[in-house]
Amino acid sequence: MNWIIGLGVVLVLAILYMIFRIGSLVEVVRGKKDEPFSMSWNNINAYLFMAFMIFGLVGFFWYSWEHYGTYEPAVASVHGAVTDNLFWVTMWITVAAFSVIFVVMFWFTFTYRYDKNRKAEFFADNHKLEITWTVIPAIVLALLIFKGLRAWNDITGPASKDAEVIEVVGQQWLWMTRYPGVKDKELGKHNYKLIDAANEFGLDLTDKNSFDDFKSLEMHIPVGREVLLKIRAKDVLHSVFLPHFRVKMDAVPGMQTQFKFTATMTTAQMREKLNNPNFNYEMACTEICGRGHFSMKFPVVVDTEEDYQKWLSSQEAWLKQNPDYLKYVPAELKEAAMIKAGIPLDNLTTVQTASN
Amino acid sequence: MAIHVESHSAVHAHDDHGHEHEHHHGNFWTTYIFSEDHKVIAKQFLITGMIWALIGGVLSVLFRLQLGFPEANLSWLKPVLGGWLTPEGKIDPEFYLALVTMHGTIMVFFVLTAGLSGTFSNFLIPLQVGARDMASGFMNMLSYWFFFLSSCVMFVSLFISTGPAAGGWVIYPPLSALPQAIPGSGLGMTLWLVSMALFIVSSLLGSINYITTVINLRTVGMSFTKLPLTIWAFFLTAIIGILSFPVLFAAALLLIFDRSFGTSFYLSDIYIGGEALPNQGGSPILFQHLFWFLGHPEVYIVLLPALGITSEIIATNSRKPIFGYKAMVGSMLFIAILSFVVWAHHMFVTGMNPFLGSIFTLLTLIIAVPSAVKIFNYVTTLWKGNIRFTPAMLFSIGLVSFFLTGGITGIFLGNSAVDIQLHDTYFVVAHFHLVMGSASFFGMMAGVYHWFPKMFGRMMDEKLGYLHFWLTFVGVYLVFFPMHYIGIAGFPRRYYTWTAFETFSGFADLNMLVSIAAIVTLSAQFIFLFNFIYNIFRGKLAPTNPWNSTTLEWTTPRLPGHGNWPGEIPTVYRWPYDYSKPGAKEDFIPQHIPYSETPESNLPHENDQIKLQFGDKPL
Repeated sequence: MNWIIGLGVVLVLAILYMIFRIGSLVEVVRGKKDEPFSMSWNNINAYLFMAFMIFGLVGFFWYSWEHYGTYEPAVASVHGAVTDNLFWVTMWITVAAFSVIFVVMFWFTFTYRYDKNRKAEFFADNHKLEITWTVIPAIVLALLIFKGLRAWNDITGPASKDAEVIEVVGQQWLWMTRYPGVKDKELGKHNYKLIDAANEFGLDLTDKNSFDDFKSLEMHIPVGREVLLKIRAKDVLHSVFLPHFRVKMDAVPGMQTQFKFTATMTTAQMREKLNNPNFNYEMACTEICGRGHFSMKFPVVVDTEEDYQKWLSSQEAWLKQNPDYLKYVPAELKEAAMIKAGIPLDNLTTVQTASN
Repeated sequence: MAIHVESHSAVHAHDDHGHEHEHHHGNFWTTYIFSEDHKVIAKQFLITGMIWALIGGVLSVLFRLQLGFPEANLSWLKPVLGGWLTPEGKIDPEFYLALVTMHGTIMVFFVLTAGLSGTFSNFLIPLQVGARDMASGFMNMLSYWFFFLSSCVMFVSLFISTGPAAGGWVIYPPLSALPQAIPGSGLGMTLWLVSMALFIVSSLLGSINYITTVINLRTVGMSFTKLPLTIWAFFLTAIIGILSFPVLFAAALLLIFDRSFGTSFYLSDIYIGGEALPNQGGSPILFQHLFWFLGHPEVYIVLLPALGITSEIIATNSRKPIFGYKAMVGSMLFIAILSFVVWAHHMFVTGMNPFLGSIFTLLTLIIAVPSAVKIFNYVTTLWKGNIRFTPAMLFSIGLVSFFLTGGITGIFLGNSAVDIQLHDTYFVVAHFHLVMGSASFFGMMAGVYHWFPKMFGRMMDEKLGYLHFWLTFVGVYLVFFPMHYIGIAGFPRRYYTWTAFETFSGFADLNMLVSIAAIVTLSAQFIFLFNFIYNIFRGKLAPTNPWNSTTLEWTTPRLPGHGNWPGEIPTVYRWPYDYSKPGAKEDFIPQHIPYSETPESNLPHENDQIKLQFGDKPL
């Protein structure tokens, strides 16, 4: 195999060399060698530019038209519709500008190819022209900035008080989510120094809000209600990317970041819309994080409010799944912890004896 | 006036210096290796840059093989890659990241910074401003050898057992700080940092020289308003470099402290490899601010020289003055200044304060205005020209086309709200490879084709140049244009494969097309290599001014020796773009021709200057 490829490369090079030699010999015979440059080649290049312009634009428009409507992942969030709109407005403006300049440029290149009977025009300056094409892009850009910043301010503004808070934690190379629990609806504190094999979040069990927090390996969110993602990372940078919801935010060790959004379509609705019964929302990582960067898939499910509540109350508190950790709960809070976590109280005595 | 007199005397002082040198002839070592001659140093930068470009290109084809043909068995690469292939004949995912990282580092710094600025600033500044050599030949020599040393360190890092740096060319900590996170952050990263430190020293030595030479060693009459746009571009590039590279040095130094001395500038609250690290209070975002404070100006360090070269070549080969000389200088100045206040548009979704995002959106989109002006001016320069398609001209037109195609997508990415979805997808990859990577690469190629006759005294073959151009031009578009679609579909960058996701399951066809185009484009560069090397030795002897150009370098002998001009340095009387002047005998009037010799073509205000000329220079 190596030999064949090597031989192929040598052959191609040899052929190129031969063409090159024959080309220059022919030129010498024709006595053309001293001409500053060849008119026929100049014309060939001019026509090639024209062909490039036509085929390039036709190819671009054909492919774009052929696949129109299938570029982006279907949008499923409120702000996503806004940014998509901005994206397409920008697209139409820039494609129009691009096409005009592209055509004009290659048209000039072709039309004004060398002709020894013509002299180029000495045209060094024109303030009116220059001011025009400084001001027009400036105005168009100002409009885009204005539209963009309004959207940006809405997206990054404070979340509403009743937003559903979900914590997303990135680590090499998986995601985890933590829900605040149905009883207190508050996420408990965490500390990275408390992390161990079982306590993956570093839950601080002296905080009573942590008792009913639960972990989920699938992100469920309610449709039509604001969700606030609180994002952090345990080791290196990661980035939460929810392509269908137009959500992206880095996960940074040592700093909490956040992103709020409202989903507009449940998984079931999206399956119907796309006519794909196997469709699932996905979350990916978009910040290079090492070997498994490409495999940080996390399933996302958008439920109706009713299904969401049902799912929430069916989840077991983390503390219930790891009752050993009751020993880290201060004695006076132990009973409250067990109630909140849903651990049967008759275990209380056993646990207490065990920790004593 | 005082400045004028000073530059006059400076030239003369240097004049004598130059003559002194002509008396003693150096041996092989002082002439070709440790040379202080700017032209030799330029060639050293060029050839080192070309070797790096080849390495960088081969690395990119390796990872394109993985992306375009994920099922292919690459065991035939075993003799080259050895343990970096999995037993199934696939590229190891960590090595894939190393390939991406090294491709970026090599192309941005070693090829498009050192290879481009190093070559053409060195070669053209003294020749075009009319100087015998750089202000400090010794510093200039050091600049190359620091670069060489830096290259050696980076090259060695490709072969160590833990692999080269693999955290992306932006080396964001904590990934780049923790060998536990990725093996490339061990010795590979240390070598990367050492190499970059040496590189920064090289870059600063070079930049100081460029700036000093442009300010102090201009020949008589060469005022700033008569400088060719190439020199303006190199001058502004050097200023940007001097102001921004030290910041990268600081960022790298703090990273070295974090890695080796237990500090916590960038590290905080990290639990990795089953243990909680003691570092607290640092911020990975701080590194990103410092990095992009260089990183964004770096884009213009790479691009401005290419734009300068293009301005010169388009004017020459359109046989027309560059349209809007002042606007061109003005837009470069404006770009140079603005390049320092747009850095955080790389960081819209890093968790930085969103208000900062608003400010940087505003500033970023402002920078699109001078860029647009440049494109309009290039297009207008072509209008009613008399265009000769030399290979250099083809590559320059290619550059404008890339600058347009890639520049326009910047309007999407600069708008923070739109950037949320597009950030770190292939849309970004398409954007910067066109606007900065390919455009600058084409500027470099244009420069090589255009100034080869003055560098080596021989001509390159035009037909091979055409073939090289068309394969590369179409190839580059086929590589990067489809990436826009892939990016809009949300495909993230630096992914080894997308098969894990349903959302990113499409586009296998486009990815294959991109990979094939990449292989063809890389292969086409061998045509150039052959053309380049063969004609250094066997090319047709070049005339002294093969393109009928106006700037000073074409007044030197076919192969300028040490000191550039055998006699006196020519005096400059006019701007560099007197092409096709109405009434003139020829379609170009070089800068050293006084107005008194061209009464037939002088404009009214130029006739007035004849008096000044005679005041300056006794007949």
